[in-house]
Amino acid sequence: MLHRAIKFLFPAALLGICSQALAVAPQLTSADSNPITRAQYEQLQQTIHDAQSAGDNAWVLVSAALVLMMTAPGLALFYGGLVRRKNILGTMMQSFAMMGLITVLWAVVGYSLAFGHGNGFIGGFEHAFMQGVGLTPNPDYGGTIPEQTYMIYQLMFAIITPALITGAFAERVKFSAMAVFLSLWSLVVYCPMAHMVWGAGGILNISGGRWPVFDFAGGTVVHITSGVAALVCALYLGKRTGYPLEDMPPHSMVLSFIGAGMLWVGWFGFNAGSALNAGPLATSAFVNTQFAAAAGAIGWVVAEWLINGKPTALGAISGAVAGLATITQASGFVRPMSALLIGLIAGIVCSFMVFRVKRFFGYDDSLDAFGVHGVGGTMGALLTGLLASGAINAAFGKDAAGKPLAIGAVDGNWHQVGNQAIGMGIGWALSIVGTLALLFLVDRTIGLRVSPEEENAGLDLSQHGEEAYDLNS
Amino acid sequence: MLKIEAVIQPAKLDTVKAALLDAGIEGITILEARGHGRQKGHTEFYRGREYTVDLLPKVKLEIVVNDNLKDKVVEAILSAARTGHIGDGKIFISRVEEAIRIRNDERGENAL
Repeated sequence: MLHRAIKFLFPAALLGICSQALAVAPQLTSADSNPITRAQYEQLQQTIHDAQSAGDNAWVLVSAALVLMMTAPGLALFYGGLVRRKNILGTMMQSFAMMGLITVLWAVVGYSLAFGHGNGFIGGFEHAFMQGVGLTPNPDYGGTIPEQTYMIYQLMFAIITPALITGAFAERVKFSAMAVFLSLWSLVVYCPMAHMVWGAGGILNISGGRWPVFDFAGGTVVHITSGVAALVCALYLGKRTGYPLEDMPPHSMVLSFIGAGMLWVGWFGFNAGSALNAGPLATSAFVNTQFAAAAGAIGWVVAEWLINGKPTALGAISGAVAGLATITQASGFVRPMSALLIGLIAGIVCSFMVFRVKRFFGYDDSLDAFGVHGVGGTMGALLTGLLASGAINAAFGKDAAGKPLAIGAVDGNWHQVGNQAIGMGIGWALSIVGTLALLFLVDRTIGLRVSPEEENAGLDLSQHGEEAYDLNS
Repeated sequence: MLKIEAVIQPAKLDTVKAALLDAGIEGITILEARGHGRQKGHTEFYRGREYTVDLLPKVKLEIVVNDNLKDKVVEAILSAARTGHIGDGKIFISRVEEAIRIRNDERGENAL
């Protein structure tokens, strides 16, 4: 009885509210037939705009916090659990150091180099020391949120990208060398790449770039650059002493498990936040993120179940991360079923890279930063070109009839696959060249590797003078 | 006086402790240990890499008793720790020359 009454009353009440709202529209007159003034109309417009801005700002700020959580504790725990117990603090510190160093760099010059107006390849210095980065929106970067919101959100991406690389040189790099190398890397590789893809006037920018690349949340900017840099680091530094003859199993799968769970949750901020508003596009990216992570976990686990005979916990979480890394680029461009497919492919291919290809070539990408992020990001770039749909994101606008223009190969725009390949190629090239040059520079000045004695003692003791687990106290 | 050392499965510790208490044994020392006898360990997989774990976690008990309690203690451990599978562990018995209570310098069987 009651719910029938509500069913009847609710639409009636809604109708009442709507009619009230209509009553203040300018072309209509209110019941007593007094037209509203221009000032009242403008005030109403402002109120609507402020409400939208508040909603968008709330979501992007929450997303920024979620992305920071991905670095620490997320990535720090994920990587920390995978190393031997004598190296966990050193490994976690590498991620945490990025939260400090990159933040300061970003405030001083990083944001300006990535998002200032420069040329097609890198931004200028007009935003150095946060000049002109205020609380009003910048029409180039999310027109409804304060520019400082955009700036702080983008900072979280700049933090996690170099932190991802640390998985490649785990357990054998000097803290000082790591800090200098990754700080410089952020300026030399990350900032230009972010500018090319997302910066106003960038050559790969989706609106107005020479080769518009679809990179919703950083498949090219974050995962290709960091994953490829990881491979270069693993090759340049060489293997850990004793690898692969000595056993180096993860010392705490529990910590890695918790970290991976945080990465998954944080990734909603990473992808859905990249909509830069709280509208339906954020929902689309959110759904795609979940679907790809789940399919990635299943893909990896099924592959290893068939190959090695057991479904492992590490396989499940690695597969989820692979699915997430691969969907990042596509998250705001593809349909939910495409996201499932992308995740599944990611889980299977990345597990194959880690199980077979790494062993075949014999490099020591210790925590598989390349096998997961580099491979996932590269696949994601191409799959986005194939599966991007104008129905999800009318990135190229709409035709006269209001129908979204074709954006990906599924829509008939095969040209986009070429653009994605160009973006991917630039990401690979920039990362290889920049990483090699900086490794060489830092190796010649500070020296990259710890001594064999220090490596044997572990980074916790040799680099920080601490132990993670003091069982005597 | 005899020292009875027993290496057992960690999961059997509580039942062995209870059995020893029933047998009237009051003093016991326990060490967490790793080792293997004929049970050769197992393999683990991490990201497709196979690791052989041949030193397995064990618990080692040390009990020092009067000679006349030997059979009772051995019987208690055997009945409580046995599963019948490989890896159940072993018991070693040796003679102890002296026992001294640190608190008051009591010697010999009085110190147990």
